[in-house]
Amino acid sequence: MAISRLEVLKTYKIYIGGKFPRTESGRYYTAVNKKKEALANVCLSSRKDVRDAVIAARTAFGDWSSRASFNRGQILYRIAEMLESRKAQFVDELIRQNSTTIAAEKEVELSIDRLIYYAGWCDKFQQIFSSVNPVASSHFNFSVPEPTGVVSVIAPQDSSLLGLVSIVAPVIAGGNTCVVLAAFEKPLCAVTFAEVINSSDVPGGVINLLTGNPEELLPYFADHMDVNAIIYCEKNAAETKLIKEKAALNLKRVLVYDKTNWVSEDGQSPYFIMNLQEVKTTWHPVENIGGSAPGY
Amino acid sequence: MATKNNTLKLKFDSARNLAPAPESKNAATIASRYDLFVNGKFEKPLSRKYFGSINPATEEKLSEIADANAADVDKAVKAARVAYDRTWKKMPAKERGKYIFRIARMIQEKARELSVIETLDGGKPIRESRDFDVPTAANHFFYYAGWADKLPFAFPGKDPEPLGVAGQIIPWNFPLMMAAWKIAPSLATGNTVVLKPAENTSLTALKLAEIIQEADLPPGVVNIITGTGATGAALVNHADINKIAFTGSTDVGKIIQRAIAGTNKKATLELGGKAANIIFDDAPLDQAVEGVINGIFFNQGHVCCAGSRLYVQESVYKQVLRKLKDRLETLIVGDPMDKNTDIGAINSKEQLNTINKYLKIGQQEGAEMYQSSVDIPGKGFFCRPTIFTNVAQSSRISQEEIFGPVLTIQTFRTDDEVIEKANNTPYGLSAGVWTDKGSKIFNLTTKLRAGVVWANTYNQFDPTSPFGGYKESGYGREGGLHGLAPYLNLDKDCSFNRW
Repeated sequence: MAISRLEVLKTYKIYIGGKFPRTESGRYYTAVNKKKEALANVCLSSRKDVRDAVIAARTAFGDWSSRASFNRGQILYRIAEMLESRKAQFVDELIRQNSTTIAAEKEVELSIDRLIYYAGWCDKFQQIFSSVNPVASSHFNFSVPEPTGVVSVIAPQDSSLLGLVSIVAPVIAGGNTCVVLAAFEKPLCAVTFAEVINSSDVPGGVINLLTGNPEELLPYFADHMDVNAIIYCEKNAAETKLIKEKAALNLKRVLVYDKTNWVSEDGQSPYFIMNLQEVKTTWHPVENIGGSAPGY
Repeated sequence: MATKNNTLKLKFDSARNLAPAPESKNAATIASRYDLFVNGKFEKPLSRKYFGSINPATEEKLSEIADANAADVDKAVKAARVAYDRTWKKMPAKERGKYIFRIARMIQEKARELSVIETLDGGKPIRESRDFDVPTAANHFFYYAGWADKLPFAFPGKDPEPLGVAGQIIPWNFPLMMAAWKIAPSLATGNTVVLKPAENTSLTALKLAEIIQEADLPPGVVNIITGTGATGAALVNHADINKIAFTGSTDVGKIIQRAIAGTNKKATLELGGKAANIIFDDAPLDQAVEGVINGIFFNQGHVCCAGSRLYVQESVYKQVLRKLKDRLETLIVGDPMDKNTDIGAINSKEQLNTINKYLKIGQQEGAEMYQSSVDIPGKGFFCRPTIFTNVAQSSRISQEEIFGPVLTIQTFRTDDEVIEKANNTPYGLSAGVWTDKGSKIFNLTTKLRAGVVWANTYNQFDPTSPFGGYKESGYGREGGLHGLAPYLNLDKDCSFNRW
């Protein structure tokens, strides 16, 4: 029998600061499907990888948060374009990760549409959630949302692509940067999604993606002092409690999306963007500079 | 030879020689003992314990306050739960609003009495109680009253629902106003309340309880229980509370977040600050100096958003420092009941000790301390307005919240430098910018990581204007449309609704 062409296997690496390194720890785990067949050897990321990723996210935050919302919208749209063009690969990977063909196709299409949805919100949510405040004194006073900062994300364990996209899109649409831990047992399309991001004009460091064991890394996602918010999606009371306790170290904003059905319409809303915004209020005198409070 | 104008030294000697203009204590009635306000009635505490409340300006005892224990807290929470289930959540929203309007009006009617009690109990100048604390409290109720029947307009695409029973803990720096900031939005959104005032300053909250009783608010909708930190802890840990709203220190805020980690309680935390107040060389310097003085010495500096770190552009540093020192000399420190007083009494002996500790730390760290030469009363807790120069960015006095009349001054050269320095703090509550250049204002106000930014003004507050912090200054907003969200369930899928 003639030897047919040998398939080139892909090395699934992590994504930090716009580059695809292996975990600094040199560790790996083998992701398997439900028949226990090996899918790939995947990086078992370490605490140091989390730290490196946070540094990359913090470094990227200044530029990303100060870009024009219109520009962010275009980039999110570009991610959708790239995802659309690699649809077949994602369907294939989802099927390898135990999905059916119909469900896989639906998941990829919904993911693309969700990116388009948030691409549209980038330069619109501010108007809906801003206000000019009719203060009684002679001041011009307005409140606008601004991104919270660096967000750590434990991506949904079962919705490995749609869940990931549904969480990351509103995070970056609002100008935040993030460090994401992919679904442990279904890491393939998360890593491939990082490749999509890498070819979509998303600046390096805006989205950083690690693969690894949530049980091991969750405490570091929750207690890192340079992370401003954390998102968690599992129904696990003990882990939720642990996250909230560790988050208190620097008063991270904790978002638990443990009931969200990402397939439904409830899986998208501008309120997902607003959950990672801080409202800033600015005052300026209308006539008399100074205008101090009573007493002086 | 004619003297050049810039060598003239202004004389302020006469500024402190004003004749006394004391407000009368008789404008207020303070009972010798106050019980807990639970289920619409004043009731003796199950703890059977009381503690004394003193006037920090004279150290004289004003009254005795009930010290609620866990059983008292439980009783109050039960009353709030019953009121929520049976009355408040079923009441038509417009009727709910009318009760809140009524409370606003009664605060206005009793404004003078409330001001006098606020000043006697907390030590703040009567002028501030009268012109700021009490009117702002009344206005806050008036503002939120109108929201009660208009909530769906505030949240597009949502049908907001109340959370249930809110446990609220407030600090001693703006006792009545903080009570208003907490109670008004909770009632407007349909929640019921158990509020604990700070142990040193419970009197105006208890007067507010009398007003609430007089306004005929259904029993149990607002419960006011007095006590110490232990009472607050019992409230935070009570299983039947749906929402914690806390204003106070960042340390306690973190303890609260940890304490409620295993629960579904939501939280609003309005915590500490170390605000930068920035003067550029093109600023109107006289007005800027006024703003700096107001920014740090308002309410003896007991303000979470106090402008405690002054950054002055190098080229105008000498001028600004001289003007600040001159202005410092004119500030009148003393009897809070005197209408001429600018800086009243430090709220408590503990706080005075804390401030004095930082004055020592500052000097030990090598900073140069300058205090006004004003005489301070021999009795009571007072502190001279203080400026530190030669301060390092890493100094504890420029990193830690002092919560007193103490200002640190540093210099800078470029915009980027001062943005970096101003943001170099775990806090993010407020900031101030002084410049005549519009583009510079917006550059700064956009890049300063703080929830409230005052440009060419400082320490302005209004019920319509959202207030709250970034980073370790806490989360949630109070005031304005944005102040409604922390008391509403907008999204059942999100256990912690931020907005």
